[in-house]
Amino acid sequence: MEKFRANLMLCAGTGCVASGTKKVKDALIEEIKKRGLEEELKVVLTGCNGYCAEGPVMSVYPDEIFYQRLTVEEIPKLVEEHFLKGRPYQKLMFTEPEKKTAIPLMKEIPFFKHQVLRVLRNKGLIDPEKIEEYISRDGYQAEARALTQMTSEDIIKVVKDSGLRGRGGAGFPTGLKWEFASKVKSEVKFMLCNGDEGDPGAFMDRSVMEADPHSVIEGMVIGAKAIGAHKGYIYVRAEYPLAVKRLQLAIDQATEAGLLGKNILDTGFDFELEIYQGAGAFVCGEETALMRSLEGKRGMPRPRPPFPAHKGLWDKPSVLNNVETLAQISPIIINGSDWYRSLGTEKSTGTKVFALTGAINNVGLVEVPMGIPLKTIIYDIGGGPKKGKKIKGVQLGGPSGGCIPERLFDLPVTYEDIVATGAIVGSGGMVVMDDNTCMVGMAKFFLEFTADESCGKCTPCRVGTKILLDMLIDITEGKGKEGDIETLEDLGRDIIAASLCGLGQTAPNPILTTIRYFREEFESHIRDHWCKAGVCRALTTFWIDEKMCKGCGACLRGCPSKAIVGEKKKPHKIIQELCVRCRSCYEACKFKSIKIMPAKYEGEPSELVGAAEAVKEEA
Amino acid sequence: MPRLTIEDLQKIKEKHKSDFTLREGGYRAKVTVHMGTCGIAAGARAVMTALMDEISKANVTDVIVTTSGCAGLCAREPLATVEIMNRPPVKYCDLSDEKIKEIFKEHILGGNPVEKYALVVGSETTY
Repeated sequence: MEKFRANLMLCAGTGCVASGTKKVKDALIEEIKKRGLEEELKVVLTGCNGYCAEGPVMSVYPDEIFYQRLTVEEIPKLVEEHFLKGRPYQKLMFTEPEKKTAIPLMKEIPFFKHQVLRVLRNKGLIDPEKIEEYISRDGYQAEARALTQMTSEDIIKVVKDSGLRGRGGAGFPTGLKWEFASKVKSEVKFMLCNGDEGDPGAFMDRSVMEADPHSVIEGMVIGAKAIGAHKGYIYVRAEYPLAVKRLQLAIDQATEAGLLGKNILDTGFDFELEIYQGAGAFVCGEETALMRSLEGKRGMPRPRPPFPAHKGLWDKPSVLNNVETLAQISPIIINGSDWYRSLGTEKSTGTKVFALTGAINNVGLVEVPMGIPLKTIIYDIGGGPKKGKKIKGVQLGGPSGGCIPERLFDLPVTYEDIVATGAIVGSGGMVVMDDNTCMVGMAKFFLEFTADESCGKCTPCRVGTKILLDMLIDITEGKGKEGDIETLEDLGRDIIAASLCGLGQTAPNPILTTIRYFREEFESHIRDHWCKAGVCRALTTFWIDEKMCKGCGACLRGCPSKAIVGEKKKPHKIIQELCVRCRSCYEACKFKSIKIMPAKYEGEPSELVGAAEAVKEEA
Repeated sequence: MPRLTIEDLQKIKEKHKSDFTLREGGYRAKVTVHMGTCGIAAGARAVMTALMDEISKANVTDVIVTTSGCAGLCAREPLATVEIMNRPPVKYCDLSDEKIKEIFKEHILGGNPVEKYALVVGSETTY
């Protein structure tokens, strides 16, 4: 048997592959060969490690050294230093953005320290293309137990007792869903997996399918046994080619090994699984629309009831579970419901994966116990705002969710607490926004998405989202009117009440929550024609405060339209007629001397002094 | 791959255990071969290769081998530090492939430090 002294876990998730994993891998293997170390070092390609912002990343075990931003050029040096001479290569080691010292151990990196991995238990630890590696991590043990020692009722009871709720967004108890379907008598039933993840900013399902495809398959086999299904489909969007490839490979391997297909593990239980690639329509994440799409028809929702547990795919009883939900099933079967409940709160048990993006230092994928305060996720794991910025809020749950302001960040992340703010946990996308984000613009962005993705079947959603979007566009262009805010709220509530499916029922959420928590931004857009974040070009002018300008020339050099004039070491000036409001001077200035003013600001820069003093006092 | 039985699942798990001992920790003994320039020049690579062979032959999965830089005492290279869980580390000096084999048998497997090759017990004070 081969024995290695170190395993080099190189991340081959989509993020890292895009930043060059493949070339790095080739260089790494070549260098290892050149140094004659191929007998000692094993290079393993893993699924997404979660720390996508710094990719390509690599963890070295047993040393637990974490390397980031690998490049082909640095590989020879890294191999020489670390693997030949035995000293970790400082240059590529993790450095906390706010501090400048190298913290090499994974356990000490705040990004990893606060996380508890259940769904992502195998992330970065196994080669997703080798079934043996999954089996080595207790893979298919739960399936074996479920098929040989448990009845359908036993499985349903454990899952129900665990309190596991659907991780796709709605949070419906998984065990209950299985129970409904198991009680319906039918020769044919379907066990389905929803891998249609469509929220902008959410990528946890893709990551699980890429990093640990067998965990989804195992969860489905156990679910199939619970409800009595013998045929299943995984619905994945075609935009996830790596996920499709690894799932297919996993299905083939599991079938060959007798862990899937006919007569699984010689127990007489059959379950056949196929992948169905969707075209990437957001509405197809809705269960009834997904099932229509699977049938080969145009993906549109239908009214419920009847619920899919009674009449689903081809009118047969069907259960549709999200990828993340299914990945939790096998540890629950092995460790029991009490183990699962040991994390989280009474009603929101276990862990949840969040895709953390936006205006924070550590962008990536994180898994935390439910009930953890938002601020721990955003400030400790996420590393807080970028230098000199202030976090304003977080959009939770993508276009169906809402915006939670910074002052509510003590809130524990549970289904109930988040819903009370007007947002939803949803699939777990967390987009963090700082003071450079215009909240009206943010709401507009999400409405552009939902208006575009509305399938058009029901009028409230088809027409309503378009009207909301048009009003928001008007507001950001300075054409807003008194009363617009109230109209947005009224219409939003009507759309929620009258829409056919989850898409329309949640589409107004981003508007309603931004109005609720950032009403003054809407008002200043409408009344003062002033986008204080300096994002809406029609409602912004940039001015240089002479008292604060040091004449360093940073703004002048960066201005694409040559709108800034001034001599060295003397206050500069922006020529308003030439300014295209691109913000580059605002970002370039180190002395906070660029001020964002309303569209029709007519004053002279000297009048800004008062504002400047106020800023100084605040500091 | 042939069709698996439930017993096979366990066998596969056992077979891959050593890889996961590396990745997850949970090892019983750790051997650090000091591979600074001095160590390499004095033959540390041969020592490590011999050790890896022994571990492989003995088919143990709870021992990991790692490398580090110069231990400071270049005159007595090759050096290696053996750490058994919950015991103070032992540093060996002037190693050869024969000596490390003996250490592997007596100390790592047997639990008794090989006094004749040992340099020191315990670790240096650090601040």
